[in-house]
Amino acid sequence: MADLTSNFLGISSPNPFWLASAPPTDKAYNVERAFEAGWGGVVWKTLGSEGPPVVNVNGPRYGAIYGHDRHLIGLNNIELITDRDLYVNLKEITEVKKRWPDRAIIVSLMVPCEEESWKAILPLVEETGADGIELNFGCPHGMSERGMGAAVGQVPEYIQMVTEWCKKYYSKPVIVKLTPNITDVRYPARAAKNGGADAVSLINTINSIVEVDLDNFAPVPTIDGKGSHGGYCGPAVKPIAMNMVSEIARDQETAGLPISGIGGITTWRDAAEFISLGCGNVQVCTAAMTYGFKVVQEMITGLSDWMDEKGIKSIDEFVGRAVPNVTDWKYLNLNYVTKAKINQDLCIECGRCYIACEDTSHQAITNMLDGKRHFEVIDEECVGCNLCVNVCPVDDCITMEAIDGTDPRTGKPVDPEYANWTTHPNNPSAKTEAAE
Amino acid sequence: MSDRQPLSRDVQSARLDSAQYDENFSDLHAPLDWHEAKVEAERCYFCYDAPCMTACPTSIDIPLFIRQIAADNPTGSAKTIFNQNIMGGMCARVCPTETLCEEVCVREEAEGKPVKIGQLQRYATDHFMEGDRPHPFTRKAATGKKVAIVGAGPAGMSCAHHLAREGHDVTVFEARNKAGGLNEFGIASYKSTENFAQREIEFLLEIGGIEIKTGQRLGQEIALDQLASDYDAVFLGLGLKNTNRLNLEGEDAPGCEDAIDYIAALRQAEDKSSLSVGRNVVVIGGGMTAIDIAIQTKLLGAENVTICYRRGQDAMNASLYEQELAQTHGVKIMHWRQPNSIQLNGQGEVCGLEVETTSNEGGKLSGTGEMQIIQADQIFKAIGQKFDSSLLSDHQVELEHGRIKVSDTRQTSHQKIWAGGDCIVGGEDLTVVAVEDGKVAAQHINSVLQG
Repeated sequence: MADLTSNFLGISSPNPFWLASAPPTDKAYNVERAFEAGWGGVVWKTLGSEGPPVVNVNGPRYGAIYGHDRHLIGLNNIELITDRDLYVNLKEITEVKKRWPDRAIIVSLMVPCEEESWKAILPLVEETGADGIELNFGCPHGMSERGMGAAVGQVPEYIQMVTEWCKKYYSKPVIVKLTPNITDVRYPARAAKNGGADAVSLINTINSIVEVDLDNFAPVPTIDGKGSHGGYCGPAVKPIAMNMVSEIARDQETAGLPISGIGGITTWRDAAEFISLGCGNVQVCTAAMTYGFKVVQEMITGLSDWMDEKGIKSIDEFVGRAVPNVTDWKYLNLNYVTKAKINQDLCIECGRCYIACEDTSHQAITNMLDGKRHFEVIDEECVGCNLCVNVCPVDDCITMEAIDGTDPRTGKPVDPEYANWTTHPNNPSAKTEAAE
Repeated sequence: MSDRQPLSRDVQSARLDSAQYDENFSDLHAPLDWHEAKVEAERCYFCYDAPCMTACPTSIDIPLFIRQIAADNPTGSAKTIFNQNIMGGMCARVCPTETLCEEVCVREEAEGKPVKIGQLQRYATDHFMEGDRPHPFTRKAATGKKVAIVGAGPAGMSCAHHLAREGHDVTVFEARNKAGGLNEFGIASYKSTENFAQREIEFLLEIGGIEIKTGQRLGQEIALDQLASDYDAVFLGLGLKNTNRLNLEGEDAPGCEDAIDYIAALRQAEDKSSLSVGRNVVVIGGGMTAIDIAIQTKLLGAENVTICYRRGQDAMNASLYEQELAQTHGVKIMHWRQPNSIQLNGQGEVCGLEVETTSNEGGKLSGTGEMQIIQADQIFKAIGQKFDSSLLSDHQVELEHGRIKVSDTRQTSHQKIWAGGDCIVGGEDLTVVAVEDGKVAAQHINSVLQG
């Protein structure tokens, strides 16, 4: 049996699945139900400064986009940080941590961007016995209008400054949660590292309008005829999150900085992908909000079974294993030639490969053979783009096969040697051997 | 002859309570609700050059109408359907989709579960027709041309609608007291509930420019010669008339009935409990009519219903789906049995059917001499119909194999007369084929009339 124990930043949890700071972790009741269901840890929903709590809208706060059969693939929200009293939260955190010493409890924080505010709250958090803090520099709605959340996360200097304050007034690990609503995620990550952060977590939600109600021409969720952009999450954001994670994992300046991966993780496979891209653990929210806490059982068993099959004994063994294979386009092997191949036994003759290729790509698939409906790749035209594979509704019916010998499209031999754009003759700035 | 004495004959009406009649003659398939339709529509792969579309006799753009349902536009979906088939609502109910569009659905190929095209078509067309929507088509400016259509069945009404759209004035002559043809008098009740055939006629007439005259029998109230001279064009959608005969003694005895007539009476009966049905019913035949009469007599309360068909299952004209539908309703299907004699009781009424086992030797069907008597209070003949060629006794229109010969454009040998539906050579006895015949004929008539 694979060992799923996680020791992210020295914080022990029985598995790498934490619930992200969000509605599911707003109070003891929910958190304890999560622990009973098997979650390894939680990041408690973001606390604000002492004083009157924030207020939420009293109308709908979520919107969604769906795949087939109302399968939820993207969720957005306009909920703010916890609207419960600071001391109620601190008391519950203390009690839950005592009752569940083997689970990780991280406290998410968002207070004004002034040293006094952080200096005031951090000792209170320290007293709870929680395992660490996560700085919410990510929420893109509401709080950002007040100079917090994403408003901080979008300015690397602020990130560094606040992180430094936290390291100064708090003794345990500090995780900086990053917003994806920026152009290059490496800059905020570097700022976090420079400020002394123990880790970064990403991504927070993405600015979004998920729907416009075409009866009253207003964004959904609609509050009395108006809507505001919200934070987008769920399976739909996973590709964006994984790219950002990999950017930080590959960046020389942040190399070795632990990452907690967040963004649409729904199954064990999603988690394994994030971990392979350099995440020490993962955080989940939408999957739990869609299906309940039980989903963690699938994640735990799935990850464990997969690790057993792969002979991987611990999480650490495969953290970042895919990172060396994430590269820049210019380093991709231009001598690697593939052709699509349609398995005629599996083909159900829907013709989608044909029309996708014919209308929008390279006219490399037939739709007729001897007057009969038949779909086959024309190697002389196929550039190996993979679109047919992506639009085919049948698993493994169309595959991309690497070829050697002569490429029927170019009529030229396939060079078995690796060669990329940096040395390609068509590249005006190709590195050629010095002429002089 | 049998040495067993038949039991007393038992033919009764009101075998069931009224709630049971209502339940038995309600919709065969409950219509899809919005969510079911959306989920089903999303199963469609939107195939290129979709096989379902090719299989549809009226070439409905099935992938498009399904995608319109999935994209929350059932109104547009219905227009896509009506554009090719103005009787898309009835076809959605009665088409043997299992041998047409759904048989070739790639989902059938992939997983044995085709997209429920028929039910989706019904969803869209019901949505359109049940809403208070303007007719999907606009009649063009009047051309002043007049077309006579004989027969207000699917072929005639489809033809009428297309011609009216083009601005021609259409008069439909119907022999019965009501329009609809087989949609009104022939289709099984549970496939066309809530007076759908008449609602569809009313919908179709919204185009304007169509007048229906009922009680107008060809050769009696109206004459083909006269129509051909009074109108710019004539379309014959005559259907079939005479049920084939068994040529057995006792064929005209009480209890030996024509399935077509019984179904027509059943369709028109306001109160199904008024219909008399035997405790033991035997149906002779292997087509859709045999299935329809067998199931419906069962639904009327018959205890034992047996279909006798003289060949094997493969040769049955009724689709496998229809055969199974009969079986799940408790109908027994006996293959390789041909009627040998009709058993009559002392009062000269039907009380049984003697059948002979048959075999197919080298492609030739023959009796084996093995006899069996099946107790029968009613025997229904469902052995096919013939075209009544006496309607065309003036020989103005050329026949072939006893039906009207037409060109690809459904034009007969007479330059001013077109024909379609069951009365033409090669007719497939399907509503959807009749609708297509009417449409194709109308297109040609229009091009001829427009010069």
